[in-house]
Amino acid sequence: MAKAKGKVAFKEDLCKGCELCTTVCPVKIVKMDRTRINIKGYHPATVDEMNKCIGCGNCATMCPDLVITVEREMEK
Amino acid sequence: MSVVFQRTNGLTQKSTHYCPGCTHGIIHRLVGEVLEELGVLGEAIGIAPVGCSVLAYDYFNCDMQEAAHGRAPAVATGVKRVYKDKTVFTYQGDGDLASIGAAEIVHAAHRGEKITTIFVNNAIYGMTGGQMAPTTLIGQKATTAPFGRDQAHSGMPLKVSEMLATIDGAVFVERVSVNTPANIRKAKKAIKKAFEVQIEGKGFGIVEVLSTCPTNWGLSPIEALKWLEENMMPYYPLGNFRTPEEVK
Repeated sequence: MAKAKGKVAFKEDLCKGCELCTTVCPVKIVKMDRTRINIKGYHPATVDEMNKCIGCGNCATMCPDLVITVEREMEK
Repeated sequence: MSVVFQRTNGLTQKSTHYCPGCTHGIIHRLVGEVLEELGVLGEAIGIAPVGCSVLAYDYFNCDMQEAAHGRAPAVATGVKRVYKDKTVFTYQGDGDLASIGAAEIVHAAHRGEKITTIFVNNAIYGMTGGQMAPTTLIGQKATTAPFGRDQAHSGMPLKVSEMLATIDGAVFVERVSVNTPANIRKAKKAIKKAFEVQIEGKGFGIVEVLSTCPTNWGLSPIEALKWLEENMMPYYPLGNFRTPEEVK
């Protein structure tokens, strides 16, 4: 079966730290970065283990603030 | 790698003023995406309401007009009758549409105006600080109902979609929710259909979107979505109430 590989990019300064994206990730890699604060004063959402991303786009679909861009390719 | 999700051209680059976790942002995006996909972005005219989404004219990347509280369907009627070829939509909250604007929405539907209404129902007045709306649930606390809404005093919450579905002129009526990615995709389909109904000249279309208000509900954004699912969805069932046969 072809395996999907994804990559997500966060426009960090748009993030309001609502954490909704963290609840819908099927591989549970979207986390809030508690070590940093963005320009709006929130801990921004981020991904550490990008190699696990399957590019499903759930996080971007759920994000109210258009923070996330998703790319995907199928591995053969 | 191919891009599977990016910011739609249907919205401007401006960051919204909505509270963290407010689902207005999701609904704005869906409308923007639909306008872009239908290729009507250049000729769409939106009518902004009064309420939290009062600044919607800054966010949609099309011509926008602000209306007095609740009067968006009346303004949209005028716009559509002058510009018959344009795609005209109103974006209204429940305080705007179901309370002060109840007459305008009922009669816009009654006349079968060829406009599309996006109705965001979060069961409370958001911008003014959490007062009881016609859509506030029984027992739900609001600043004007500190012990929760009492049926004997305030009546039952108004089911706008069911009400409008009894009107012949309303050809497309659907209630959707944006609490999960699956429901968001369904919501987008419904919004697209509501616009298609207008573009094909069939009549009035409305999509009621169940939404959250974490700030005034006093919940975190995640808890608010759970509250919506457990409390709003049983009383406001999702589904289609009216579809013209042709667009099914």
